Amino acid sequence: MANQQPNSGNPRVDIEYRRKKSAEEMKHQVITFAMMIFLTIVAFVAAGYEGFSAWFIVPFILILAIVQVIFQLYYFMHMSHKGHEAPALFLYSGAFVGFITIIAFLTVIWW
Amino acid sequence: MSTLAQKKGFGAVLWDYLTTVDHKKIAILYLIAGGFFFLLGGLEAMFIRIQLAVPNNDFVSAGLYNEILTMHGTTMIFLAAMPLIFAFMNAVMPLQIGARDVAFPFLNSLGFWLFFFGGVFLNLSWFLGGAPDAGWTSYASLSLASEGHGIDFYALGLQISGAGTLIGGINFLVTIINMRAPGMTYMRMPMFTWATFVTSALILFAFPALTVGLFLLVFDRMFGSNFFDASMGGNTIIWEHFFWIFGHPEVYILVLPAFGIFSEIFSIFSRKRLFGYSSMVFATVLIGFLGFMVWAHHMFTTGMGPIANAIFAVATMAIAVPTGIKIFNWLFTMWGGSITFTTPMLWAVAFIPSFVAGGVTGVMLASAAQDYQYHDSYFVVAHFHYVIVGGVVFALFAGAHLYWPKMFGTMLNELLGKITFVLFFIGFHLTFFIQHFLGLWGMPRRIFTFLPGQGLETANMVSTVGAFFMAAAVIIMLINIVITSVKNEKVGNDPWGDGRTLEWAIPSPPPFYNFKQLPLVRGLDAYWLEKMEGKKGMSPAEPLGDIHMPNNSFIPFVISFGLFVAAFGAMYRADHSWGIPVLIVGLLITLGSMFIRSVKDDHGFHIHKEDLEDNNDKGVKA
Amino acid sequence: MAAEQKMTYETWPASPEKQTLEAKNKFLGFWFFLGGETVLFASLFATYLALKDKVPNSDMALAKDLFEIPLAFIMTMLLLTSSLTSVYAMYQMKNFNFKKMQLWLGITVLLGLGFLGLEIYEFNHYVHEFHHSFTSSAFGSAFYTLVGFHGAHVAFGLLWITTLMIRNSKRGLSLYNAPKFYVASLYWHFIDVVWVFIFTVVYLMGMVG
Repeated sequence: MANQQPNSGNPRVDIEYRRKKSAEEMKHQVITFAMMIFLTIVAFVAAGYEGFSAWFIVPFILILAIVQVIFQLYYFMHMSHKGHEAPALFLYSGAFVGFITIIAFLTVIWW
Repeated sequence: MSTLAQKKGFGAVLWDYLTTVDHKKIAILYLIAGGFFFLLGGLEAMFIRIQLAVPNNDFVSAGLYNEILTMHGTTMIFLAAMPLIFAFMNAVMPLQIGARDVAFPFLNSLGFWLFFFGGVFLNLSWFLGGAPDAGWTSYASLSLASEGHGIDFYALGLQISGAGTLIGGINFLVTIINMRAPGMTYMRMPMFTWATFVTSALILFAFPALTVGLFLLVFDRMFGSNFFDASMGGNTIIWEHFFWIFGHPEVYILVLPAFGIFSEIFSIFSRKRLFGYSSMVFATVLIGFLGFMVWAHHMFTTGMGPIANAIFAVATMAIAVPTGIKIFNWLFTMWGGSITFTTPMLWAVAFIPSFVAGGVTGVMLASAAQDYQYHDSYFVVAHFHYVIVGGVVFALFAGAHLYWPKMFGTMLNELLGKITFVLFFIGFHLTFFIQHFLGLWGMPRRIFTFLPGQGLETANMVSTVGAFFMAAAVIIMLINIVITSVKNEKVGNDPWGDGRTLEWAIPSPPPFYNFKQLPLVRGLDAYWLEKMEGKKGMSPAEPLGDIHMPNNSFIPFVISFGLFVAAFGAMYRADHSWGIPVLIVGLLITLGSMFIRSVKDDHGFHIHKEDLEDNNDKGVKA
Repeated sequence: MAAEQKMTYETWPASPEKQTLEAKNKFLGFWFFLGGETVLFASLFATYLALKDKVPNSDMALAKDLFEIPLAFIMTMLLLTSSLTSVYAMYQMKNFNFKKMQLWLGITVLLGLGFLGLEIYEFNHYVHEFHHSFTSSAFGSAFYTLVGFHGAHVAFGLLWITTLMIRNSKRGLSLYNAPKFYVASLYWHFIDVVWVFIFTVVYLMGMVG
């Protein structure tokens, strides 16, 4: 079974390299997390602030949610890594079907 | 781990099938269970036609007629057509891609038993106070008003079997993506495998909508919620949308595998490569994609407004384009081929005009303005029977004859097969062609009787006579199966002589590990390529080595049984004090067995190289 | 490479969750399952949006009367943080540090429990203070079904992760159980993805009106 990591022939070097790489990745994860917290706070503040109209707030917090979910998917769930083509295809297909369902329920359920 | 050893005795065989994780045995289970429900649904159809044979008939009462009609539709779609398609997918798809098993053998077995217990649960309603009676679509305003437990049986039974189908879909998807033999690229996959792939994706995205719809129905009927109750702010149309968001893709879930089977048949018995293979793949994917955007054409008359109706009408008509591509490709496959009219080929050739007729009425119905005239008339009944019987059931018969030797190692009798075909073909058109006109003359669907003197007598009688032809055809098919099984004349790898794909390169039935050495695939129609170069079989892609196989397990049966018990508890919760305890016990059985599955390691076992070499003299080749 | 083989720090591969065919199948199959779950939750969202504020009489509580910013915010923070801790757990798994992985998973479970506790408090609060229950209106049915389905997913996730932790506590990491941990953490992230939409669509949009 072939491993996907670079192989220099010296296991020690490989491990060091990998360790460093994954520590670096972990740092990115923490930054991602900080961004997500920030987006969440912005969303809550926007929703709580009396000065904005609903016409601004609703699209705004929806966009924040989508950005946050993309962070979650691509960093926390590693969709940015190789070998996630099929998962991405099927997740987006599911999201597409779900989106059509929601649009339909917002438009043609009541009349 | 003595699976290699031959098991004997009825008890041992039964236990083997209860615990099996082998896709070929699960296919046989699907075939038997689906075949049983097919006979049940057929019996219900006969009752419907007998009741409608003459005006003012009192063969069954109005209430019982509603139950029979509902159960006919529900049984045929969920418990007969789908499992029979799953039977062929299980039996053939892993062999076609050169895999030793499916990706999740355990889940494969779980999927079957969930379907089985769901189906049994649904049909027990006949003995426990009456079957569901709100039609197979079970529209909420009707089903909430239905008394007794019929609709509860419907909702819970379909919930259980639907979970099984979803599991099966994921299993096939992963199998096709991860377990293709060396050289088997996506664009070298046989059409039936492609159909299985797209169908599984449709299952994955369509069944959750049904799951949610059924949950809402269960909550409304049994737990006091108000989703569909307008007086409490609810909206009954929500059910219709969920049902059809699932229901329309479901039509393609049924018919795409049928297309796949026919593609194989046309190619094999014309002794030609499938015409326009890549456009066939494209058309299959496109049908799957469009299938999600047309559901509301079932609801033109609910009052969604002209814009929504227009969008869905146009999208629906668009599906005729990829379907047309397929029809022409099949015709061109036959063009100039050296055709042999075996039983499967007869079904395939008859399928084209029958299905096109159904497609044409489909385009008529897709036109929203016209649909107001056809809606809820026998014209609709004729339309969907033309596509589902003319498309799916023809394919099931054709597939049964084509793959019977691969599944059981013996050929069905060709003469009896052809008699079955002729009787069924005549019966089918006799029954349903006239129903177009019944609809146009004003006969509404789902009525339990009609009055004399309205010009409907002759046509209804003709339709009933046709139904008896179909019944006779099915009986001859059963006789054929019995005779064939008793004679049990064994056949070789490629009993039709013109097999093109990998499944025909291995023995019939295949050994439980399918391929001793994984085959090397060098193009589309891999086995045909090798035969054309004068080789006897496939060249192996790997040296002979140990083969890893999964262990049998009884746990899938128990998990499904737990849900079966829990469903009774949920249903009788309001009537009996034992309802809640039974619900809890059932869920504990299910969760407990899932827990055991989770904590008990299952590494499977290995068949050793030496054991494989011993089998050489039996003609087991890769 | 046999799945049950004893591994060391040196032989531990970079992606332990995808080494055997079984593991690859599990990985892909679980992602597909999440694709199906997306449709499931989208359907529940659609139902909620269609039935939001649909109540039988005008003196019943509507979304803008029910939801409070502080509670929703705390719940969001708990779940979001638990998502990070499960990332840490997977990081330690890749480093072949079993003890630390268990520790981070333990923290994840505690945060999840906190979330679940607050949700139970919240539901209880609505039922008793506002008479907003599962059976009181279509709005109530849709709200409790959507949020309750998510809560049930959280509860199942907690049971799952706890089972994995206890089952493997004595034997450490192997290529057999690494994919199991990985898939459970994917599930946990997905729960958080759904929650992001719940707090936006249900709570924040509910407060806006």
